Amino acid sequence: MLNVSIYRYNPEVDSEPYMQDFEFDTQGKDIMVLDVLEKLKIEDPTLVFRRSCREGVCGSDGMNISGKNGLACVTPLSSVVKKNKLVIRPLPGLPVIRDLVIDMSQFYAQYEKIQPYMINDTPAPAIERLQSQEERAKLDGLYECILCACCSTACPSFWWNPDKFIGPSGLLQAYRFLADSRDTATEARLSNLDDPFSVFRCHGIMNCVQVCPKGLNPTKAIGHIRDMLMRTAT
Amino acid sequence: MANIRTMTFDAVIVGGGGSGMRAALQLAQSGYKTAVITKVFPTRSHTVSAQGGITCAIASDDPNDQWQWHMYDTVKGADFIGDQEAIEYMCQTGPEAIFELEHMGLPFSRTEEGRIYQRPFGGQSKDFGKGGQAARTCAAADRTGHALLHTLYQGNLKNETTFLNEWFAVDIVKNSDNAVVGVVALNIETGETVYVKSKATVFATGGAGRIYASTTNAHICTGDGIGMALRAGFPVQDIEMWQFHPTGIHGAGTLVTEGCRGEGGYLVNKDGERFMERYAPNAKDLAGRDVVARSMVLEILEGRGCGPDGDHVYLKLDHLGEETLNAKLPGILELSRTFAHADPVKEPIPVVPTCHYMMGGIPTNVNGQALTVDGEGNDQVIEGFYACGEAACVSVHGANRLGGNSLLDLVVFGRASGMFIEQQLREGVELKDASEADIEAAMAGLNELNDSTGGENASVLRAELQTIMQNYFGVFRRGDFMQEGIAKLAALRPRIKNVALSDKSNAFNTSRIEALELQNLFEVAEATAITAEARTESRGAHAREDFQERDDVNWLCHSLFFPADKRVGKRDVNFTLKTREAFEPQIRTY
Amino acid sequence: MVTNVTSLGRSGLSDWLIARVSAYVMTAYLIFIVGYLMLTPELSYTQWAALNSSLPMRMFSLLTILSIAAHAWIGMWCVLTDYITVRLIGPKATALRIIFQLGMIAITLLYVIWAIDILWGI
Repeated sequence: MLNVSIYRYNPEVDSEPYMQDFEFDTQGKDIMVLDVLEKLKIEDPTLVFRRSCREGVCGSDGMNISGKNGLACVTPLSSVVKKNKLVIRPLPGLPVIRDLVIDMSQFYAQYEKIQPYMINDTPAPAIERLQSQEERAKLDGLYECILCACCSTACPSFWWNPDKFIGPSGLLQAYRFLADSRDTATEARLSNLDDPFSVFRCHGIMNCVQVCPKGLNPTKAIGHIRDMLMRTAT
Repeated sequence: MANIRTMTFDAVIVGGGGSGMRAALQLAQSGYKTAVITKVFPTRSHTVSAQGGITCAIASDDPNDQWQWHMYDTVKGADFIGDQEAIEYMCQTGPEAIFELEHMGLPFSRTEEGRIYQRPFGGQSKDFGKGGQAARTCAAADRTGHALLHTLYQGNLKNETTFLNEWFAVDIVKNSDNAVVGVVALNIETGETVYVKSKATVFATGGAGRIYASTTNAHICTGDGIGMALRAGFPVQDIEMWQFHPTGIHGAGTLVTEGCRGEGGYLVNKDGERFMERYAPNAKDLAGRDVVARSMVLEILEGRGCGPDGDHVYLKLDHLGEETLNAKLPGILELSRTFAHADPVKEPIPVVPTCHYMMGGIPTNVNGQALTVDGEGNDQVIEGFYACGEAACVSVHGANRLGGNSLLDLVVFGRASGMFIEQQLREGVELKDASEADIEAAMAGLNELNDSTGGENASVLRAELQTIMQNYFGVFRRGDFMQEGIAKLAALRPRIKNVALSDKSNAFNTSRIEALELQNLFEVAEATAITAEARTESRGAHAREDFQERDDVNWLCHSLFFPADKRVGKRDVNFTLKTREAFEPQIRTY
Repeated sequence: MVTNVTSLGRSGLSDWLIARVSAYVMTAYLIFIVGYLMLTPELSYTQWAALNSSLPMRMFSLLTILSIAAHAWIGMWCVLTDYITVRLIGPKATALRIIFQLGMIAITLLYVIWAIDILWGI
C-alpha cells in the first residue's frame, strides 16, 4: 500500500490546514498522480483539486508533488514516490482556496500586465501576414506555455514579490511577443519592463526551468529580454 | 429561495472554449456588455487539446485550391445529412476567419514562402473528389488547438471581455413566452448562486465525450449545454452521431492526431499489414474517420489486433524520421512517450478507436439561433437562445465530421453568432422579464441536489453510465443490444437523479459540480441511446449491424429528440446553396 | 512598469548593469592585490605606502570602494524589498523598510567618505 499524504484545508471547516494520510493500492501499476487523486476522491468526495484534459496540455492540475511542482496528470508515480510515500501539496506561494486549489489571480494579473496579445499598427493584408520559417522558429519554446503556474510558483523571487515581479511564465510570454516578427510594439513592451522588479528580480535561480512540465526555458527567455533592453538602452 | 442576486448583461456566453471566446470577442469589440461564464479558466477548455489543425481553403499549399472543393469533401464526409447552406457558409467564410486569427497572432507553422503551413487530412480532395489528395489543414505544429485557444483568450483580454471564470451554469431561465432570458449560475469558488440575465444567451458548452468510458475528451466534456437544453424542454438534433477517432492511445484514450497519417504515418495490424489499403484503396489511411475506425474494429474482431489481448492496432511513424517528427509532431512524441510508453521515433504507437466528437447538438441556423420545430414541422427560432461550436448542430458535420473541421466550425460560427447578436442588439431586443417562478424553476434541480440525503456516489454512477454507453452504443450498433442499453439507462435515471452529495460546503465544492455534470451526461446519453435505436440505417458514424445500408428514402434527414415525451422526430436537411446547385447524395467511397 | 525611488539606478537595467560592472571592478581589485602580495614576498611598509599613495592606485582603490558601495546598495535594496514587505510582515513594513533603506544608504555613504579620507590621508 502506498502512503499518500495530502494537504487539506476547507475554509468553512478547518481553522488551519493539515496533512491527511491515505493508504492507496496501486495494484503494482505505475499510474499518474492524477489517477491516484481521482480514485481517492471516490472514497473522500470532499477532496478538491482542479483537472481538465488529463494529458498535460490544459495546465489545470499543477501541484507540488513530493516537493517538486508538476502536473499531476503527466507525473507517473515512479518518478515521485520515495520510500513508498507520496506527498501532495498545493503550488506554493499563492493563497490556498481549498485543499489543492490555489487562487491564481496574482499569476494571471502578471500575465495580463505584459499585454499578451499581438500589437501591429500596420493595416492587415487581405491574406495572412507573411512570416519566414526562421522567424516562426523563434516562437518555438515560447508559445507552448500552458499557464499552469508550476514555474512562477517555484520561483523565490515570485514568492516574495508576486505583485511586482512578472515571474517566469509571464516573462516567457512577454518574450513570445517580443520575438514575433509580426509584432510592432517592441519598444513600448520593453519600456514597460525596464524597472528594477518586472524582469530584473530574476536572479537566475532556474527553478522554473527545472519544473516546467512542457520543457520550456523561461530563464533563457528572460536573458533574451535583458539583451534586448541592453541593445535599446545603450 | 429565489431571492438571489441578478447580474445583467446584453449577451452572456456559456463556455470559454474556442467558439465561446470567438463569439465573445465579436461582441466585446462591438461594445455590448458581454460576459463569458466558464467552468474552468478559459485556456483549460477542451479546444486546447485539438492537435492537427484547422481545415480551410486558404490556397497556401495549392494556390489553385477552392473552397468549393472543401465544401464537397465536407458534404460527402457528412454522409449527406450536413446542411449544405451551413457548409457553404463555413467553407466560404473560412479563409476570412483564419486570416483574422493569424492577424491576432496565432503562431501558425509556415511554408517556405512564409504562408500558413497546410497538411493533408482525411477525406480531403481536390476538384470534387477527382483531383487526388489535398493538403488543406492549417497547422501550428501539432498544437493548433492550444495556439488557437490562447490566441482567442489573448484577443479577449485585449478587448476587455468580462470573464466569470470558474462559474458553472446550472440551468436555463425561460420567461412566460418560452424565450431564454439567461441562466442560473454557480460561482464555484464561493458557492454563490446568481441569476445571470441576458438578452442573448449563447451556449458554447462543447461536447460530452465523457458519456463513453473510453474517450479522447477532457474530464470537463460533460455536455452541460445539452443537458440544460433538454431539461428546458428543447430538442437536440442528430445526437446519435458520435465520432470515434481512429487513433486514441490504447488504454489511456489520449488523442493522436490524424495529422500523423497526414504526414505519412499509417496503421498496421499484428501481421504488419497496412490494412487500410484493403478497406479504402484510394484514400487508404486518410479515408473518413468513420471508415478508418470501423476498419480497425473489424481487424481487431477478426483476430488481427496487436498486443497480448489483440485489442488494438499500431500507428507506425518511425519511417518518417526523427527530424520530421520533431518538427511536425512534437506534441505526439511527448504524449506517446508519456501515455503509451512508446517512442514513435523507434516503435509504433498502440491505438484504438476512441470516442472523440459529438456531431449532434442544439439545432441552429447559420446565425447561431437555436431552433425547434412546430407541430407542422416548420423551424421555429427559440428567442434569446443561441448555440455554437460542438454543442450546436448547425449542421456542418452531419453524420461524420472531417478532421480539422471542428476548429473551423468553432471560429466561423462563433463569429457568425457574435455578429448576428450584435445586429439584433443594435436593432433592439425586447424579451419579457423572468418571473420569480421562472427563476425558481431553473433552481429546482440544484435545490433538490443540495437537499439530498443518501444516494449513491457520483463517480460510481458515472462509471456505470459510461460502461453502458461503451458496450451498447459504440462503433457498431445493433437494435436488440441498444434496446437492452436503453432499459439499463432507464433503470439508471432515478439513481442518478438521487445522486449523493455528502459534501454540502460552498467553497470550491467540486463534488457538487460533478453531480450536476453527471446529470447532464445522463441527459445526453439517454438522448443518444433512444435516437440511435430509432435511426434504422447505417450512415456516417452510425453503423448498425442490423441495418447495414444507408436508407436515403427514410433517413436522408436529421433526427430530432424531444425530451418531454422522449420522441424521435425528423427534420429536413438543407439542400439550398447560394452559389451553386446542391450536391446530390451519392455512394460514399474513399 | 513598477516604479521605485530608492533603487540606485532607478531602472532595472542600470541597476543590473551597475551590479555587474562593479563586480568586475571588485574582482579585478582582488586579483591585483592578491597577485601583488604574492609577487612581493617581503613587503615593507614603505613599499605598501608607496603603492597606495600613487595616483593610479588611489583611483583604482576609490573605484573599488565606490563599486562596493553601489553593489551593496543594490544588493541590500533587493534583500530589503524581498523580505521587508507588506505581504510578508504586514502594514508596518513600509516604514520599517524606508528606515532600513535610509540607514543602509547613510552607512554606505559614510563608509565611502571615510575611505576617501583614508586614501588621501596616506
